[in-house]
Amino acid sequence: MSVFVDATTRLVVQGITGRDGSFHTKQMVAYGTNVVAGVTPGKGGQTFEGSVPVFHTVAEAVRATGANSAVIYVPPTLAAGAIAEAADAGLRLIVCITEGIPVLDMTKVMPLVRDRGARLIGPNCPGLITPGVGKVGIIPGSICAPGRVGLVSRSGTLTYEVVNHLTKAGVGQSTCVGIGGDPVIGTNFIDVLAAFQSDPDTDAIVMMGEIGGTDEQKAADYIAKNVTKPVVGFIAGQTAPPGRRMGHAGAIVSGSSGTAAEKIAAFKAAGISVMERPMDVVRLIKERLGK
Amino acid sequence: MNLHEYQARELLKAAGIPMAEGGVAATPEEAARLAEHIGQTVVVKAQVHAGGRGKAGGVKLAKNPAEARDQASRILGMTIKGLVVQKVLVVPAADIVSECYLGLIMDRESQRPLLMVSPAGGVDIEEVAAKTPEKIHRLAVDPRYGLLPHQALGLALTLYRNFDQVRAAAKIMGQLYQAFMENGGSLAEINPLATTPDGRVVALDAKFVVDDNELDRRADLAALRDESAEAPSEVAARRASLTFIKLDGNVGCVVNGAGLAMATMDLVKYYGGEPANFLDIGGSSNPEKVVNALRIITSDPAVKVILFNIFGGITRTDDVANGIVTATRQFKVDLPIVIRLTGTNEREAVTILQGVGMQALNDMDDAVKRAVALAKEAK
Repeated sequence: MSVFVDATTRLVVQGITGRDGSFHTKQMVAYGTNVVAGVTPGKGGQTFEGSVPVFHTVAEAVRATGANSAVIYVPPTLAAGAIAEAADAGLRLIVCITEGIPVLDMTKVMPLVRDRGARLIGPNCPGLITPGVGKVGIIPGSICAPGRVGLVSRSGTLTYEVVNHLTKAGVGQSTCVGIGGDPVIGTNFIDVLAAFQSDPDTDAIVMMGEIGGTDEQKAADYIAKNVTKPVVGFIAGQTAPPGRRMGHAGAIVSGSSGTAAEKIAAFKAAGISVMERPMDVVRLIKERLGK
Repeated sequence: MNLHEYQARELLKAAGIPMAEGGVAATPEEAARLAEHIGQTVVVKAQVHAGGRGKAGGVKLAKNPAEARDQASRILGMTIKGLVVQKVLVVPAADIVSECYLGLIMDRESQRPLLMVSPAGGVDIEEVAAKTPEKIHRLAVDPRYGLLPHQALGLALTLYRNFDQVRAAAKIMGQLYQAFMENGGSLAEINPLATTPDGRVVALDAKFVVDDNELDRRADLAALRDESAEAPSEVAARRASLTFIKLDGNVGCVVNGAGLAMATMDLVKYYGGEPANFLDIGGSSNPEKVVNALRIITSDPAVKVILFNIFGGITRTDDVANGIVTATRQFKVDLPIVIRLTGTNEREAVTILQGVGMQALNDMDDAVKRAVALAKEAK
């Protein structure tokens, strides 16, 4: 068992012939992910790397290959359209890596995603990986190891930092999910926490948050009420000044809300062990698992 | 991207919103002419992207054109929070009967534009939210249908008793929503929305923030950017496709990824140092980006040490190493550089750096501790 990606995943890559799409498709295939198709309008009929058929549209790819999941590497102004196309084609999982999508585009496409019953992860996220099984997105497989800790995060490279600490200490992961750094995202902390709570192969959860918004506070509330597995958490941006967007469109302290201090207090109140430094993840996870 | 007040006024006026008259001036003479045209007591307001303009002396009353000229010559060229005032807004000091608040923000929770109105306008809305939250009425607008007439009317009824004013306010809400959606807004505010002695409803002030992600496809909005109102280092960073925010410390940080960049700043602080900046070189690795990053950081005289923290994923660490070497050849870097890199092509990167006598660390904590120690020695 694992969360969101497993042996039944049949992946279509939207934007497969682009610079990022082609590079990461090779990486995903090398990791063992079942990439069944690619989509680039105008390049239908070609074959990627001699093995993956390319189609003009997602609907054609689904009809021809039985794809059930999509990953999106298309430019920002086209990405919301690509999400809509994947949802319309009936895909159950859509992972959008693209960074810089106008937020209004996301507010317009989200109702369609919900109507079609699709799960969108991202945008502006590194995707997800179930170590040893497969990955959808850009998380480097080399730093992960199979195991029983689930990880959910709003950022990319900070996730790598923490996963790397875990793997080096011999603590493997069930699934790592990057939910993305934008204000409007398809899957939030609570969705992933619920999946980890009901996953028999996950024993403990690491949650990486950051300044901006109130998702971490809501997640803490959810954990206090619904999650029985131990949770270790981190909040990035303690030194961030108010009113400045810290790279991620979602990472901005507005007025007195969305601060790191507020989020850390909510974590502690919910019984989450809070890391002061990324490296603390190993000690806290071992403590909470009684090892 | 924040628009200046005068730019926001133009945008809302174009959407049909009744706006108190007034205009923008770059010289005292222009300010005097505007005051003369308005023909009553005016307010002269500094146009800079900084809060607390009034307290800094950047907002002044003027009873006649001569006073407007004097006030404008005092305000133009003054420095507010490090920013030089290049333009002033001249508006009538309006006779106001009542003040309401209208605002639209992109709401993360509902994932929709959220319209907020309050009869308690004219003051900081966050204060109203904290002290008298019952005085703010909210509606998350479904972007598929837009703001429907009955929704706007319902909200307007919380603001006014006179039905002509209710209708006028409802119309303005619709226009504000339109302007927000058509111009890629992440915030649009009218505070105050005032009623005049003759019963008209007019906007006295305007604030508009454009989603940065819109600027690539909207040249018209991108053209509104006023680089003179920004820190020069941040302008240089944006031109080089870097995300840079200047802070007050002395440890210059170069990191890939926003989350890791924030965590690096936090760790500098944890080990007793102060970060000089937030700098994200982004995902794709391009040696030129590293060169630009170093140029920007070394131009800050407060910086005593430069700390690289690179976790290679998409970013190839050998590209970063090449960028560091190229930069040190192109210009003299007199500061100590501490480099932490791990991940994609790490071995190649270490070889490149060793070739020029530089060391690379593998661990984030080790690197941060060393950088903090070097910054302290340099004092």
